[in-house]
Amino acid sequence: MKVKMLSRNPDSYVRETKLDLQRVPRNYDPTLHPFEVPREYVRALNATKLERVFAKPFLASLDGHRDGVSCLAKHPKSLATVLSGACDGEVRIWNLTKRKCIRMIQAHEGFVRGICTHFCGTSFFTVGDDKTVKQWKMDGPSYGEEEEPLHTILGKTVYTGIDHHWKEAVFATCGQQVDIWDEQRTSPICSMTWGFDSISSVKFNPIETFLLGSCASDRNIVLYDMRQATPLKKVILDMRTNTICWNPMEAFIFTAANEDYNLYTFDMRALDTPVMIHMDHVSAVLDVDYSPTGKDFVSASFDKSIRIFPVDKSRSREVYHTKRMQHVICVKWTSDSKYIMCGSDEMNIRLWKANASEKLGVLTSREKAATDYNQRLKEKFQHHPHIKRISRHRHLPKSIYSQIQEQRIMKEARRRKELNRIKHSKPGSVQRVSEKKKRVVAVVK
Amino acid sequence: METVPKLGNNVPPKKDKLQGKKKKPRRYWEEETTQTAAGASPGPPRKRKRNRELRPQKPKNTHSTKKSRISKKPQVPKKPRERRSPGPQRSLSGAQDPFTGPAPVPVEVVQKFCRIDKSKKLPRSETKIRSRLEAAEAQEEEISVKAARSELLLAEEPGFLEGEDGEDTAKIRQADIVEAVDVASAAKHFDLNLRQFGPYRLNYSRTGRHLAFGGRRGHVAALDWVTKKLMCEINVMEAVRDIRFLHSEALLAVAQNRWLHIYDNQGIELHCIRRCDRITQLEFLPFHFLLATASETGFLTYLDVSVGKIVAALNARAGRLNIMTQNPYNAVIHLGHSNGTVSLWSPAMKEPLAKILCHRGGVRAVAVDSTGTHMATSGLDHQLKIFDLRGTFQPLSARTLPQGAGHLAFSQRGLLAAGTGDVVNIWAGQGKASPPSLEQPYLTHRLLGHVHGLQFCPFEDVLGVGHSGGITSMLVPGAAEPNFDGLESNPYRSRKQRQEWEVKALLEKVPAELICLDPRALAEVDVISLEQEEKERLERLGYNPDTKPPFQPKPKQKGRSSTASLVKRKRKVMDEEHRDKVRQSLEQQPQKQEKAKPMGARPSALDRFVR
Repeated sequence: MKVKMLSRNPDSYVRETKLDLQRVPRNYDPTLHPFEVPREYVRALNATKLERVFAKPFLASLDGHRDGVSCLAKHPKSLATVLSGACDGEVRIWNLTKRKCIRMIQAHEGFVRGICTHFCGTSFFTVGDDKTVKQWKMDGPSYGEEEEPLHTILGKTVYTGIDHHWKEAVFATCGQQVDIWDEQRTSPICSMTWGFDSISSVKFNPIETFLLGSCASDRNIVLYDMRQATPLKKVILDMRTNTICWNPMEAFIFTAANEDYNLYTFDMRALDTPVMIHMDHVSAVLDVDYSPTGKDFVSASFDKSIRIFPVDKSRSREVYHTKRMQHVICVKWTSDSKYIMCGSDEMNIRLWKANASEKLGVLTSREKAATDYNQRLKEKFQHHPHIKRISRHRHLPKSIYSQIQEQRIMKEARRRKELNRIKHSKPGSVQRVSEKKKRVVAVVK
Repeated sequence: METVPKLGNNVPPKKDKLQGKKKKPRRYWEEETTQTAAGASPGPPRKRKRNRELRPQKPKNTHSTKKSRISKKPQVPKKPRERRSPGPQRSLSGAQDPFTGPAPVPVEVVQKFCRIDKSKKLPRSETKIRSRLEAAEAQEEEISVKAARSELLLAEEPGFLEGEDGEDTAKIRQADIVEAVDVASAAKHFDLNLRQFGPYRLNYSRTGRHLAFGGRRGHVAALDWVTKKLMCEINVMEAVRDIRFLHSEALLAVAQNRWLHIYDNQGIELHCIRRCDRITQLEFLPFHFLLATASETGFLTYLDVSVGKIVAALNARAGRLNIMTQNPYNAVIHLGHSNGTVSLWSPAMKEPLAKILCHRGGVRAVAVDSTGTHMATSGLDHQLKIFDLRGTFQPLSARTLPQGAGHLAFSQRGLLAAGTGDVVNIWAGQGKASPPSLEQPYLTHRLLGHVHGLQFCPFEDVLGVGHSGGITSMLVPGAAEPNFDGLESNPYRSRKQRQEWEVKALLEKVPAELICLDPRALAEVDVISLEQEEKERLERLGYNPDTKPPFQPKPKQKGRSSTASLVKRKRKVMDEEHRDKVRQSLEQQPQKQEKAKPMGARPSALDRFVR
């Protein structure tokens, strides 16, 4: 007879002293871990609930402006510095860590229409209603000096927007036409027009740095190449586009914030159909900005809310609003991709977390592991109805909520009418046009 | 209560004479002999043999190193880095690493950790989703290889019992085993001589550290059976039908004559649950925190012990219920009935999930193994049967016992114990997942009284038997899982660890509605509701947005685009599609005709009307 009994030495399973860590032997045999899937499901459910519990995105409100905030700009080198321009011609520079205004300039008479920083962060440019372009030093004047711009360019028409080249000492303004300026000169290198209408915004492509996009009030989006004297092509939409923003990761993708409550993501190589229509706002979209990862963007709307959209989804993943926030005019995603700033009509700049339930500050490795694990679980079970319902739920102000209901009814009615029209006309005579194609009026080259 | 450890020297000398050629017991490490054991225990030693094979042997010539490292090609998706070095690598000191690359992983171990059933076909889906699913599958495979490799780190080996050539292990008595094993293991064999309070039911806690037992005449006690420290001992002055630990050893449910009572480990009555009356059997589902009770009135009641609510009370409509067991794999309750059927219950359904006709007479005992694949039943027809629980519910093997088994229990490694009268028989199988073979018992033991309760102790090679003479703790080498998981059920856990575990277990309490036959169903693609949703969507839209629009030829760029050529091209494509359709239908047709005509039937005049 040969016999062996299971006989464990307790010393190898119990810690020696109280100062030691407890010993935890592991065995990953599935029979020792029954109900793997149901338990993971419950964990995912708990993680989803906790995410909603901890979703407190609002961080700070920077007050000080004496009129509505009309434009915002990020500092290219310092994460904590933000520039803002107001409707009374005042420009303020803020320190986000202290949440204080560190400098104040009366830059223009009337609105500050646009503000942009130089790529090396030493100076910034403003344009205003007083038909001037001004360059300012980022650092304040030394003791005894007066606050004065480095350069001032007097133009013939009102400038409505400005953007700086990402690598060269060149900037572009828009107004009656798109002007490209050298920093050293007082007259534009070239001016480009296509039609006669006021252009509301111009943006340089951050990757293909010679490309420019602009949008005008005659409902079109025009693309330019700086190296040519004439514009490249334009797309005409149903309604006016307020701003565009280029994707910082994919050179040919840009998103347009439209008056018809939607945002359109275009591939500039094929402008005849938008890649994606992002709809959730219930009023005109005024501004849009991409996250540095290029996977999400944030949009500001006249409906007093900002929304975060994934680039490849047509519905927003997040909506931020407060009782006091009025029409949001401008929005920016910070360069560390963690925060969002928005400037609104009621003179405040608000700072939000980009990920509403994220824990700020340094995480311990165990916290990090736990959040990663929970994130994976949420992803795995995201389509289960109970979890989906919880993770999608957002509280909305009554005005937005009722508007959404109303617009849903309107959309349904339009769809029904179209169906009826097809049903009661000769087969083939009425073509069904896809929702994406419907919005694009024409592409002109 | 007195403890009578059985010692080897009080063996009657008569038996020695009967077994003339009986050899002196020997410890397994004392001498390595060739394994020619005919009467060897079928279960545990096999694994050892396999383990030995797997141990990487040092190659004689260095060129064959690479091949011997991998036991089979497809099992390891990621090939070990062979290209990097032609032979074994030399370090600075000049020493060779004889085992380059990752450790080899045997296929069957990888199979154990595989969670994805590749035979199942995925429904038609977009390429994006399909590629994501494929990526997930590949990841899953990699994980299972890693998990299998981590088995090398397990510290303990399972126990075993082998006879010499020709020796039957069933003839080996407990006294011999006690004599042969070490002192710590010998102390695990004990008898509690408790004749006064009648046949006993017993229950081990989930960690295997604590034992609770209750006698028919009201004696209830709980103890840490390893250290033999008594936690509480009371007499409830009422018949005790069954006793069960709740999620931890601190709570104890006792089915008494009228009502269900819950005691703590001091013996203080915490609750008297009057909604559960005249309970005959108790089962605790640890991951759902449900206490399932079967009553004389024919009701199966689920009590949620974390909130104290009754989740479901199901009328089994089969008279008095006194045979119940749980399937530890999917938490389904198996009830045995007097008409020979076993019914499977979940709290989510008012009707049984399945009914299996097992015996000609009534069912006497049911047990389900830890992998949830096999069910053992015994009936009044003196049969002991083993059923496959994976879908078909077919009997795998059966045998007639002279008296029939009144109590059955499975161990963690798949040993089956049956109590018949005052004898306990134990059968072993080929391993954890295989059914026990019923021809030769692995061990037998005769007790002082009739068996009334049986349970294998988790994580210890011990079988606890409650009988009319008290409690016996039997040694069954190779019964238990040798390596426990510290986060799941740790026999050596401290108070803090238990508290931590309790909080976590309560946080991930599985809802009772999720109990069903396949616990993995939640992670699979729900094809039925997907199709339903698709149908509703089509109805709502009024057209199918995914259908291909009819082919519209593009006008040619350079002046060759006449209307005639456009129509021609359009027709060409249409004809091609039509031809494809005809070809497909032709391929299907002959099969249909063959099916329709029965072989050898006479042609009838009415055949012409058959389509």
